Amino acid sequence: MATQHSRSAARLMIAPAVFVLLVWMLIPLCMTLYFSFADYRPMRATFEPWIGFDNYVSFVTSSSFTNSVITTLQMVGGILCITIAGGIALALLLDQPIFGQGVVRILVIAPFFVMPTVSALVWKNMFFNVDNGLFSYLYKALGLQPYDFLSQAPVFSIVVIVAWQWLPFATLILLTAVQSLSSEQLEAAEMDGAPGWARFWYIILPHLSRAITVVILIQTIFLLSVFAEIFVTTNGAFGTRTLTYLVYQRVLESQNIGLGSAGGIIAVILANIVAIFLMRIVGKNLDN
Amino acid sequence: MARAITTRKKVMWTALSWGIGLLIFFPILWTFLTSFKTEATAIADPPVWFAFDWTLENYRAVQERSNYPLALTNSIIIAVGSTILGIAIAVPAAWAMAFVPGRRTKDVLLWMLSTKMLPAVGVLYPLVLLAKWLGVMDSRILLIVVLMLINLPIIVWMLYTYFREIPGEILEAARMDGASLRNEIIYVLTPMAIPGIASTILLNIILAWNEAFWTILLTTVDAAPLTKFIASFSAPEGLFYAKLSAASMMAIAPILVMGWFSQKQLVRGLTFGAVK
Amino acid sequence: MKLERAFFAATAIVSVAATAAMAQSDATTLTIATVNNGDMITMQGLMDDFNEKHPDINVEWVTLEENVLRQNVTTDISTGGGQYDILTIGTYEVPIWGANGWLVPLDDLPAEYEVDDIIPAIRDGLSVDDTLYAVPFYGESSFTMYRKDLMEEAGLEMPDAPTWEFIRDAAAKMTDRENDVNGICLRGKAGWGENMALLTAMSNSFGARWFDEDWNAQFDSEAWSNTLNFYLDMMEESGPAGAANNGFNENLTLFQQGKCGIWIDATSAGQFVVNDDSTVAEHVGFAQAPDTGLGKRGNWLWAWSLAIPTSSENVEAAKTFLTWATGPDYGELVANEKGWVAVPPGTRSSLYENENYTGAAPFADMTMASMNTADPNNPTVDPVPYTGVQFVAIPEFQGIGTQVGQQFAAALAGQQSAEDALAAAQELTNEEMEAAGY
Repeated sequence: MATQHSRSAARLMIAPAVFVLLVWMLIPLCMTLYFSFADYRPMRATFEPWIGFDNYVSFVTSSSFTNSVITTLQMVGGILCITIAGGIALALLLDQPIFGQGVVRILVIAPFFVMPTVSALVWKNMFFNVDNGLFSYLYKALGLQPYDFLSQAPVFSIVVIVAWQWLPFATLILLTAVQSLSSEQLEAAEMDGAPGWARFWYIILPHLSRAITVVILIQTIFLLSVFAEIFVTTNGAFGTRTLTYLVYQRVLESQNIGLGSAGGIIAVILANIVAIFLMRIVGKNLDN
Repeated sequence: MARAITTRKKVMWTALSWGIGLLIFFPILWTFLTSFKTEATAIADPPVWFAFDWTLENYRAVQERSNYPLALTNSIIIAVGSTILGIAIAVPAAWAMAFVPGRRTKDVLLWMLSTKMLPAVGVLYPLVLLAKWLGVMDSRILLIVVLMLINLPIIVWMLYTYFREIPGEILEAARMDGASLRNEIIYVLTPMAIPGIASTILLNIILAWNEAFWTILLTTVDAAPLTKFIASFSAPEGLFYAKLSAASMMAIAPILVMGWFSQKQLVRGLTFGAVK
Repeated sequence: MKLERAFFAATAIVSVAATAAMAQSDATTLTIATVNNGDMITMQGLMDDFNEKHPDINVEWVTLEENVLRQNVTTDISTGGGQYDILTIGTYEVPIWGANGWLVPLDDLPAEYEVDDIIPAIRDGLSVDDTLYAVPFYGESSFTMYRKDLMEEAGLEMPDAPTWEFIRDAAAKMTDRENDVNGICLRGKAGWGENMALLTAMSNSFGARWFDEDWNAQFDSEAWSNTLNFYLDMMEESGPAGAANNGFNENLTLFQQGKCGIWIDATSAGQFVVNDDSTVAEHVGFAQAPDTGLGKRGNWLWAWSLAIPTSSENVEAAKTFLTWATGPDYGELVANEKGWVAVPPGTRSSLYENENYTGAAPFADMTMASMNTADPNNPTVDPVPYTGVQFVAIPEFQGIGTQVGQQFAAALAGQQSAEDALAAAQELTNEEMEAAGY
């Protein structure tokens, strides 16, 4: 039972976190908001503090906006699918008694430590490159025409890179969940003659649902802001411009801070809609 | 598990796991191998695996062209600094949210996570202007604070979910014994919370180490960490795979080694409330 | 109140820290932002000479890949600068930034610097109203590099001034995909400084232009359609797989590995195709960039240059550095270390009169000829309201050029037709120009 005393102590303890995040939210975000209504183009030495909703209108009506939203959804969705499916498979595999479990676990989680720039550079040059990449050698060894991943399957290529980095995270969380599964239940099902897929579908998967939602939530937050991987590999070409990348292009390449800021605000709003939607699910899942 | 495991089955699973593990690890292994090749061997067709003249030439070239010790020091200071600061702020907050939940706790938590949704580039100009106005551009302090703020929501969330699993009965029992709030925290709760905090620290160090937007745009020389160091090797003129690999290994090796040594701690607390 | 006090405390700590950092050294420290090209890296290796001559000046390098460099430098300068004392920028940025008053005018360089020795076209490109705002570190036009041995096998001879038709024909004859030989390598990677540099320069020789005199985009013109279709068809016949990801560096690697018959790109590549990294060094020939007989050749003009932002507090020291790095003696310094062929090309006329250089660099004459024919003030067949050969010298071009480049790269990758790419380019260019108030 929380007393009055502990309640005010609690408030005091939360205060610093709330305070710094508020400052973080308020100052840069308010400045962004302010710029988003301004015609601010430093290269032209233009600064007009109020032009109404012009920036918002031109950001949303530009031909690239809808495409970038679709690309974002494809990319995030693709990465989530791969990491979750792969993560469940790996978690079940790592749960088996094997020789050298510790070493295998180290191998599997290693990609999580690699910085995005490095992994994008390595994948782009040493694997996807059509002249000197390993995949090309593999294709040639199999007697096939080398495949140019980055221009023929650009979104897929980036999904592969990012999924490779996030697979360990999903695996680790799902592994903890798998390990908490009671073996009696599984054994009972096995005795009853339930086939492997049924055990998976009716016992394991429901047990993992909570972990899966957590993975979706945390990863989505990070995946919406994927930037380095696109910047390094395709520079936004071949339809790989996500919303984040489009904002980048407006701000840094076109040097239109007003327009970019409006894009940033729109991105925050859209991301929060997704987040609220996710939170509802997770919140429900976490309460019961 | 209580079931009898046949050796054959175990061997089969072992082979499969090792195969997949090596496959996932392969890009790092390949980078490692390439970093010891000459530029010409690095793109040899067919690829050369182990039978080449191992050379440290690339590491020497990279080292010569850049200030690796400074970048490494900066990466360490920034990652560790932002983690310490973040933990200092997040632990009390998560603690209070977990043990003294109020009506608004969940909303506050959700709001915190939503601050993480700011697309970095959208606030680039405001932040740069602000940093210049305060005169803190290219300082480690700035990066420590910025990275702390970026990761704070995640670590509050992670700690909160971990603390929540500490059973409340223990607290009550301690209180029955007449322990004060202070003693309760120091002697009862802290030991139970250590694994969660340790794993949060590790996760935050990894995230801060790998952050590659702010660390590149808010620094020039003095505070420039390894992410910026890498940016000078990404596409120079001529053949560069071997040098790129060497630079990459230099950038990821410290965190990789740390990760391997501490993976048990990392895994133990990394649940985000996934297990009930 | 509390907030305010905390804020003051924070600023106090920061300023104390800053003063402490400054007090550490008596010498002036210059921070130089530069691109990770070979010539710049050579310069970093020659710093001993500079330090010996100027022991009171410390130099800190920030060496970055081109795109990251632009991010950093642009963010800095457009928020008031202060991070760097010397910037490495190109002929596109200098006129715009100079006109904005962001760069220190360099009209008082010492006599021994011999500013008149700088190639006039380059000096022009780095000046606003006859005031010099940056000095060139190396300059380039574009030209045709080809494999003499493959040409001979194909029974052809490369004229000094080929036409696009000839290039296409020769490329098709040299192509031998079984043996990994592609007749032609051209830039395909999206970017205003990558595929659009080539395509814009190429379009000039086809009689196309970016804008008419009233700033209307011209991608719906027949000339642009001819340019793009010709480029796409030729690349399909004789280009390498994955061309849409190839920029300057990728093509250089291909050429060095002997996988290209012809490569049309920067004259500054000359020294790299004949150096030790190149497996085909002894077979390389040089010719001018192609044309179509309309009076313009597809050769551009660019110079990586050093400039001082007005926000720098060390302008004098920075000028000292500039005169060292781009001065008349620097060439010889490089020559002593790395041989004459490695001297940064394309900045000083005297270099091309130096027999040591012309003897060592087989591309020297062709480089000079190409640089002399590029005319940024008069780049196209039809009149245009802008300057710049392979770019349009307006602030919006960077953004527009890259987006148009992405459309063309997608066409090269076979994801859309030339017509769709041009239509999209037309639409987005007009959209952006309208937003910019043209």
